[in-house]
Amino acid sequence: MNAAATEYAPPDAIQRYTFHERVMHWLTALSYSYCLATGLAFYTPHLFWLAVMLGGGPTSRFWHPILGIGFFLGIIWMHLVWRRQMEITETDKRFLSNVEDYATNRDDRVPPQEKYNGGQKLYYWLMYYGMFLLLFSGVFLWFPEYIPFSLAWVRHLMIILHECAALITIGGFIVHVYMSTLLVPGSMTAMIHGFVTRTWARTHHRLWYIRMTGGDPVGKE
Amino acid sequence: MSNSVLEIKAISGHAGPTPGRDASRDYDVCKLIDVTTCIGCKACEVACLEWNGYPFRETVFDNTYQTMPDLAWNYYNLIRFNEHVAEDGTLSWLMRKDGCMHCAEPGCLLACPADGAIVQYQNGIVDFNQDNCIGCQYCVTGCPFNIPKFNHETKKVHKCTLCSDRVGAGLEPACIKACPTGCLHFGSKDDMKDLAEKRVKQLHEHTSHKSAGVYDPPGVGGTHVIYVLHDIDHPQYYGGLPKDPQIPLVVRIWKGPLKWLGNFAIAAGILTAAAHFVRYGPKKVEEGQKKEVE
Repeated sequence: MNAAATEYAPPDAIQRYTFHERVMHWLTALSYSYCLATGLAFYTPHLFWLAVMLGGGPTSRFWHPILGIGFFLGIIWMHLVWRRQMEITETDKRFLSNVEDYATNRDDRVPPQEKYNGGQKLYYWLMYYGMFLLLFSGVFLWFPEYIPFSLAWVRHLMIILHECAALITIGGFIVHVYMSTLLVPGSMTAMIHGFVTRTWARTHHRLWYIRMTGGDPVGKE
Repeated sequence: MSNSVLEIKAISGHAGPTPGRDASRDYDVCKLIDVTTCIGCKACEVACLEWNGYPFRETVFDNTYQTMPDLAWNYYNLIRFNEHVAEDGTLSWLMRKDGCMHCAEPGCLLACPADGAIVQYQNGIVDFNQDNCIGCQYCVTGCPFNIPKFNHETKKVHKCTLCSDRVGAGLEPACIKACPTGCLHFGSKDDMKDLAEKRVKQLHEHTSHKSAGVYDPPGVGGTHVIYVLHDIDHPQYYGGLPKDPQIPLVVRIWKGPLKWLGNFAIAAGILTAAAHFVRYGPKKVEEGQKKEVE
């Protein structure tokens, strides 16, 4: 445990995210959320009020691609830190083939998991590849005035690509936000303060728990 | 109120047919450009700049009678020049006044995401409202004629307004007023179509332009700027006028089924998450272990 986390943490808590990881997560989350809100405003007139709330349409149009670059940098930062931990293993494949048990909260039937389960890793790779699609197509939407009219098909293709990539990441984002805020109590605390309780770690990520504690039974410290 | 009440029926003390009788007083307006009588004098270009208050720009000489390569954000109106060699070896100079066509089904308006940035008036004028423009340039993507132009400094898009300010005050557009040859006409769509058809008939009967015709492309629902061309079968000779302009299919899909599918998917995703929570509730940590902690 580092000093900052221990101030809030119960004595037997386990550190799940370092301060570095939390800052990284929230900067990426913030830039994605801004792009999501302004992007939805440009996407459908029923949500244009989002752009109005965020300072108006022109302001949103100006900052959306810049914060998009922020999201890109955040994901790259994450990739440098989390790449190895996010590799899909046999454990994850077993988890994903039994994902129905996990989804219906029959957690006793779910095989023990490492620090990140298969679902979390899938979300990671979804956002990772989604970011590249968004970045690639987004650059064309950022500066469409440099695309000559004879290459109008490039603009057409990039708009569809940007929108489809955004919708796919939104699907993952809804699941991510739902699970972290409502479905799995304790995960929000983990991402804000950095620690989880031993029972939390043992229940949701037993292999990681064993690795961190040497298999100590819960509540012994 | 129907505008037909303003149609002239008879006037006093006038010999011969009543002027203006049976002339359409419909709301919809139309600019007729008869390219067969255009001499490429550029009076319309100058009038457009003067009325809209833009300074005259530097010209770009490219060995033709064209002022510059393309329209610009502060240059709504450009005579496109093409030296066309026909199959029989005859040479013709084709001049076409290029600018916004004011489509009945405007692709720019369909593509625009900004509330109120593009307005289509009942009279057919499609106008950009720069106060509401966010500078995304989706209108450029939606336009099949390559008309809207972006101002890098203000981040706003501009194009021909068909002088909506003048037309609203009962005047004709500035370009019409300046044209010295009578190649430009302005009136209701019905009258302009009628006049165009008459001119085409004249060309068929009295000239060698047997394939002359009226350019009023149905792919965009017709336009409120129409052309008389010597060769209706090859509009692309006139500085790249598209033969069958359409709102790009991608834009239709993007603003139609894809938008509603995406909206539905997002709403369904949120509702499914809520339903899942109601049905299964939050995940619990193992009770037996929890007691040990407490």
